[in-house]
Amino acid sequence: MIRALVQHDDFDPGAELAAMGAHGAVASFIGHVRSDDGVAELWLDHHPVMTGMALERLADGAMQRWPLAAVTIVHRVGALAAGERIVLVAAASAHREAALAACAYLIDRLKTDVPLWKRETLADGSARWVEPREGDAARAEGWG
Amino acid sequence: VATVTLVYFAWVRERMGCDSESVAVPDNVATIADLIDWLAARNGHGAAAFGDAARIRAARDGEMALPGTAIAEAREIALFPPVTGG
Repeated sequence: MIRALVQHDDFDPGAELAAMGAHGAVASFIGHVRSDDGVAELWLDHHPVMTGMALERLADGAMQRWPLAAVTIVHRVGALAAGERIVLVAAASAHREAALAACAYLIDRLKTDVPLWKRETLADGSARWVEPREGDAARAEGWG
Repeated sequence: VATVTLVYFAWVRERMGCDSESVAVPDNVATIADLIDWLAARNGHGAAAFGDAARIRAARDGEMALPGTAIAEAREIALFPPVTGG
């Protein structure tokens, strides 16, 4: 079962994980907007069609690599304040190895494979587009 | 000459000053790389957005494309910086 959502609204992590079912192992990662360098607001740009398709493809890729019962990915877009939830990835399996590995794969590959772009607005009102971090590409490529 | 819809994201959109546009692409513009070079030479907005081709990524009709990907018969070409989600 794949659930891949692109939305502005917040999500309920507990409800999302419970909805995946009572499998032996459910691993999850939640990202929050960091306030590094005084970032007051994050705004996420996305492609109206490609972004959701890329999330589904990412989830499908994880299902093919590991024996997973369910994958859930929720990524928020639009304006988000520092401290808000931004992304949830979760993988459910009979055992923890597959669930934990798939969870790491999903967030690593999400950072390089999904059309999303972050713009930071600082407390003084200035804005800047986030550059990819050194190492993100290597981490993603490490999964082959 | 073929007409294609170009859609822009992130700072590419800001520098182009629009979300999307329908453009008539000359016949000698055959690939994504050709398109980026042509846009960079077209006007000041294009020079600002596409002057450094190494910073541009592209998708053809929803599928990620490479610089050498042909654009013939494409309906939509998306042009954008490297992605930064997560």
